[in-house]
Amino acid sequence: MSGYEAVIGLEVHAQLLTGSKIFCGCTTAFGLSPNTNTCPVCLGLPGTLPVLNREAVEFGIRLGLALNCTIESRNVFARKNYFYPDLPKGYQITQFESPLCTRGHLDIESGGAPKRIGIRRIHMEEDAGKNIHDESRGRSYIDFNRAGVPLLEIVSEPDMSTSGEAVAYLRELRLILVHLGISDGNMEQGSFRCDANISVRPAGAAGFGTRTELKNMNSFRNVQRALDHEIQRQSAIIDSGSSVVQETLSWNAILGATRPMRSKEESHDYRYFPDPDLVPVVIDEAWTATVRKNLPELPSARRRRFMDLYGLPTYDAEQLTQEPALADYYEQCVSLLDAPKDISNWVMSELTRVMHETGVDVRGLKITPAMLTDLISLVKAGTVSGLAAKDVITEMAATGRNASSIVEELGMAQVSDETELKALILGIIEANPGQVTKYRQGKTQLLGFFVGEAMKASKGRANPKVAGTIIRELLNP
Amino acid sequence: MLDTARKFRKEDISPLSHVEALLDRIRQSDLNAYVTLNGDNALVDAKAAAQSIDRGDEDLLAGLAIAVKDNISTRNLRTTCSSNMLRFFVPPYDAHVIGLLRERGAVILGKTNMDEFAMGSTTTTSAFGPTKNPWDVTKTPGGSSGGSAAAVAAGLCDGALGSDTGGSVRQPASFCGITGLKPTYGSVSRYGLVAFASSLDQIGPMGRSARDVAVLFDAIRGHDPRDSTSIPKRYGRISLDGLDLRGVRIGVPDPFFSEGLSRDVERSVRFAIALFAELGAETVAIDLPHIRYGVAVYYIVATAEASSNLARYDGVRYGLRDTENADLFEMYCETRAQGFGEEVKRRIMLGTYALSAGYYDAYYRKASQVRTLIAEDFRRAFKQCDMIAGPTVPVTAFGLDEMVDDPLGVYLLDTYTIPASLAGIPALSIPCGFGDSGLPVGLQLMAPAFMDELILGAAMTFQDRTRFHEVRP
Repeated sequence: MSGYEAVIGLEVHAQLLTGSKIFCGCTTAFGLSPNTNTCPVCLGLPGTLPVLNREAVEFGIRLGLALNCTIESRNVFARKNYFYPDLPKGYQITQFESPLCTRGHLDIESGGAPKRIGIRRIHMEEDAGKNIHDESRGRSYIDFNRAGVPLLEIVSEPDMSTSGEAVAYLRELRLILVHLGISDGNMEQGSFRCDANISVRPAGAAGFGTRTELKNMNSFRNVQRALDHEIQRQSAIIDSGSSVVQETLSWNAILGATRPMRSKEESHDYRYFPDPDLVPVVIDEAWTATVRKNLPELPSARRRRFMDLYGLPTYDAEQLTQEPALADYYEQCVSLLDAPKDISNWVMSELTRVMHETGVDVRGLKITPAMLTDLISLVKAGTVSGLAAKDVITEMAATGRNASSIVEELGMAQVSDETELKALILGIIEANPGQVTKYRQGKTQLLGFFVGEAMKASKGRANPKVAGTIIRELLNP
Repeated sequence: MLDTARKFRKEDISPLSHVEALLDRIRQSDLNAYVTLNGDNALVDAKAAAQSIDRGDEDLLAGLAIAVKDNISTRNLRTTCSSNMLRFFVPPYDAHVIGLLRERGAVILGKTNMDEFAMGSTTTTSAFGPTKNPWDVTKTPGGSSGGSAAAVAAGLCDGALGSDTGGSVRQPASFCGITGLKPTYGSVSRYGLVAFASSLDQIGPMGRSARDVAVLFDAIRGHDPRDSTSIPKRYGRISLDGLDLRGVRIGVPDPFFSEGLSRDVERSVRFAIALFAELGAETVAIDLPHIRYGVAVYYIVATAEASSNLARYDGVRYGLRDTENADLFEMYCETRAQGFGEEVKRRIMLGTYALSAGYYDAYYRKASQVRTLIAEDFRRAFKQCDMIAGPTVPVTAFGLDEMVDDPLGVYLLDTYTIPASLAGIPALSIPCGFGDSGLPVGLQLMAPAFMDELILGAAMTFQDRTRFHEVRP
């Protein structure tokens, strides 16, 4: 199979964070009790009509500009006709012949080199409801809360040739959506969904093999596994002299394999035609220009800036720009304390730890940037040891109090006073005569042991540097 | 209708007793004009209107009893589209026009019979049985708004709402000897009108005179943000003075007087046009070269849209559901097999075919292009004339059983009403005489988009000089 390369194109559906649904006034909030977030319009009651939410169009323009697309000026909505219980009107309102955005691209990195992935089109459409099957009772239920939530469908060119490239593309696309503030990019909750078209061909060949469509991959990890599995499967089929069947496959993460979907579910004639209930949306230059002017910094630009401006390594820049809010937090800290790398270390390690432990994200965190930089300053000044600071930040996250008041109250201030430390260390020397002898015989590595004991005895408060000097003095008379 | 409004003020009649009397007459009538009566609720509303009038409410509509075609959504009042599919469907919301009428104090008297989902020209495809023509109970009242037309003609309401997709207000108005307007597309909100063919459907007022129709139209037209095809436009009050016809150019299109037009209808229509001339209008021969494709274009566009619009009746959320089958696909098939009648099924099939892969370009796309040409025909014609006059329907009302086995023949009866629907322009039918069998004949007036008032005004002037609209069955 080593002689094959894959050809992969991806279709992503991203749910938009608009205030209301795309064709009615219901909210887009997630997690409400079933069928409470509905109205006659999104339930498709007889006689109801859709009215376009212009915010959804604006979000689409935002993404189109971020992905270097042409924004099409005349937008027509079409009906995609098919029967399914979660589809209230018996058709989905989508765009067919005239998508909102065309001919763009997204740059990723592949094997250390940059690679450009083409974007074929981005179009707007409405989401369907959700079927819920109760296998034990043999009943099915439908929740229409999601019906009518706006989606952008982003279709790439078949420009990716490995599962790694596919995942890199998806990660970067998700990051862009989140940075633009138009989607939460949550794969588990289904607000970022991905299908793949994949074929293999002899390495270096120009034509395309027969492709299959992969569905039901609900994490980056599963996308990678599914694509790798499918590349292997198709290669093996060709090696055995048979040919790949064009079909839609569903990824089963538990089996670690793909399974064909029932043909009934894929052989549709959708009978697309322009929706007569909606008028074409015209996007003029002025609208596009306004959106362009208000476009936030994109993740790739921000990463570059973090490296250039703050001298951060690539890894730090990538980690800090995973969430726009985290990157904002970091920059606020840097504006308060000129120690970009120290702050980066604190944000990526201890701050991330306390966020996990308290189950909040950076927006819900009780530690403000000023509070964090105060703590870092205390550590840098030697007032608090690095070890003790870990307890301090835990306490800060729990209570929202500032570092110095916690340090004071808990008596965590670092002890650098020589007299106090000398008394403590003399006690340790007395208690460990054997180790003292060894040290004096030349086993000077035991210095660490004595410093450790001093830290223990002082409950972490001893200044390790000062303690080390005193120990050396006392043991080498 | 306007007489009744005046009587309410002179206090020789109250809205309550008026509505009570109408409800009694409807219950005794054997026309089958109504599918559902608003009964007690209508009486409550009439009482409220009576009090409002006592307090000095000058609104002409207060207390008037309006019949509503059963494809217009009424809150807590069954809305069936005369289909088994929606036989028990009670909507939770009012159509935009219903809200407007209620605000004005009008009383919703009940829901009128129609061809199932407005598909038909005879009111015989109703799941509730046919409505009869008050002029001759063996004849069709026309359709699809046959219940509303019959109710107006028989005095079973003060005025009515119908809906017109290819002639469904004008044709029954013609057959029942009343006045009916298909307004400019986009001037009356479709919110709450159960869709048949979205790009053609318009709610239209029906009444005994052009003035009644004008008062109703005044109440229901206007921009509604809930309907994206509703035109954002401000409208003034419609004048009830009538139009001075001197110098008005009336276009008379040849294709409206070609083969298929029965002699008695032609005679009455020619008489009407002559009367307009006598009142000072100037007649101009005009050409509408593409309207001969109108029926073909209409039956592709309308059925294509209908095939999609009626997909929501799948048994899942509301309406009829077949409960015999555990399999989803079987449930869909059985529900739709039982819920829809023959004509609806025929049109869904036609429309599905017209939109199918490989046929779309040849049918739907081509039809849409020809539709543009027909609209162009009218634009050109209206450079030579201010309004167009011709027959509404080539014949007078025919027997209820006469054309049951000839769907194509029934489709062809829409030849004269379809062009205005395709072009989105206003068109009005007014009584202009009686045919050989003593049944009413309708004159159709058409005007450029948003010139509805022009043809209403011309009709008022015509009715000031004639008595056809006052003759009762």
